[in-house]
Amino acid sequence: MAYNEILIAGFGGQGVMSMGTTMAEAALSEGLNVSWLPSYGPEMRGGTANCSVVIADSEIISPIVLQPSELIAMNLPSLDKFEPAVKSGGYIFVNNSIIKRKLARTDVKAIYVPTLDIAAELGNMRVANMVMLGSYIEATGVLKFDTVVNMLRNVFTGKKAHLVEINRQALQRGAACV
Amino acid sequence: MAKELWKGNEAIAEAAIRAGCRCYFGYPITPQSEIPEYMSLHMPKVGGIFLQSESEVAAINMVYGASGAGARVMTSSSSPGISLKQEGISYICSAELPAVIVNVMRGGPGLGTIQPSQGDYFQATRGGGHGDYRVIVFAPANIQEVVDLMQDSFELADKYRMPVMMIMDGMIGQMMEPVEWKKPPVNPEDLPAKPWATTGTKGIHEPKAIHSLFIDPNESNDHNMRLDAKYQRIMADEQRYETSETEDAELIFVAFGTPARLARAAARLLEEEGIKAGVFRPITIWPYPYDALYQAAAQDSVKAVVTVEMNTGQMIDDVRIAVRGCKPVSFVGQAGGRVPTPQEVVAAAKSALGR
Repeated sequence: MAYNEILIAGFGGQGVMSMGTTMAEAALSEGLNVSWLPSYGPEMRGGTANCSVVIADSEIISPIVLQPSELIAMNLPSLDKFEPAVKSGGYIFVNNSIIKRKLARTDVKAIYVPTLDIAAELGNMRVANMVMLGSYIEATGVLKFDTVVNMLRNVFTGKKAHLVEINRQALQRGAACV
Repeated sequence: MAKELWKGNEAIAEAAIRAGCRCYFGYPITPQSEIPEYMSLHMPKVGGIFLQSESEVAAINMVYGASGAGARVMTSSSSPGISLKQEGISYICSAELPAVIVNVMRGGPGLGTIQPSQGDYFQATRGGGHGDYRVIVFAPANIQEVVDLMQDSFELADKYRMPVMMIMDGMIGQMMEPVEWKKPPVNPEDLPAKPWATTGTKGIHEPKAIHSLFIDPNESNDHNMRLDAKYQRIMADEQRYETSETEDAELIFVAFGTPARLARAAARLLEEEGIKAGVFRPITIWPYPYDALYQAAAQDSVKAVVTVEMNTGQMIDDVRIAVRGCKPVSFVGQAGGRVPTPQEVVAAAKSALGR
């Protein structure tokens, strides 16, 4: 029985919320149960933001993630705050383009992803979150690569259709980090 | 039909439009502002009216007026805004007009916080306005249930000619979950006629009047007794609840809305320790399912009843009324925007069982 409790955290503007909704939409289209819960408050661009995503093949009991099975830390304050909460044996994905420390925990699997460096090489800083998502999919196998790419085809249409390819590349480059 | 991912607040608004609501009056307040936002975009597309009023007081009185004219009408707000609407709700109840009122609750009292809370249980079930009145109150626990109950809310409002409230904590408004649109959309033109509505005499009808003034004490008494007879019928016919693993349970959690989900998570943790805990979840918190809860609590296997709430203990009053002293009742919860953890709920359960 798969029951993934994912916490995605970072600065506002890093695509934390949209990474979560992309995962939620993809999970739903794979027939899985899903919930997406944002932190909300007097927040602003550059402030901290996080969202909880639960993906399960059984009923989702609670949408609140207190002990994530996977943490995606896009900035240092998020890693500092949530590293202790991750379940033993879980994953922590570290955006090491801006997080310069290693994990303190030794009982979790660490995946270091230089999301901004890869996004810069691809020529669009805004795909950094898709780089991270690619790593997540490759490491956990929770979602299928093709599902996410097909979803992007539905999101980016018309004048934005060219964005599918760069996002696909971002996902692939992220997967290669694992 | 395929499931779609919906944000709670947007699902509330879409569900209302699908239920045939064609008038929405409201004022923005976190954490429910996506409701008026969605209405402002989508209500005009179905020929309906969206109006952002100058205040919550104005909005509820626009609801009063539109309902009196026969419209299927709704307003929504969050806790402080719902406080402002209380006078209007009392008037609408006395005037016997249908309306749906959504409260996406935040922490109080006063201006409080924008984080999720269930601090308005007393206000919703005991009436925050003056006089002897009741409103039917639904307390959904997830977005699918919000959507499923919306059409029922409008139908019950019409059936009993009174407001129906839907209350949920801010988390349900803000989160996203899959939704299946199970019922076909309602065309407001297909709804039964409202012969009492004030739609103009057109030169042929006798004038009708809708009011809440009964200055003669005998008339006022008769009016109150008639309203009460209606409320008694509702108490007999409209109770709704859900049970999970309550049969032969050692401990029963009672919770509405989001805490019911937390209680189920706690029940699973207790099961790992060999303690059988069930969850009793009222879906209507007025009328409260007193007898069903009594039946569950009175089982020989049950040693304790624990209420889980996102307030300092409000529903526990109704739980005590239901349980009638047959089992000890205790409370666990967090107020003012914090959400209790399953671990805190487990600890309270063990304490109630003396372990």
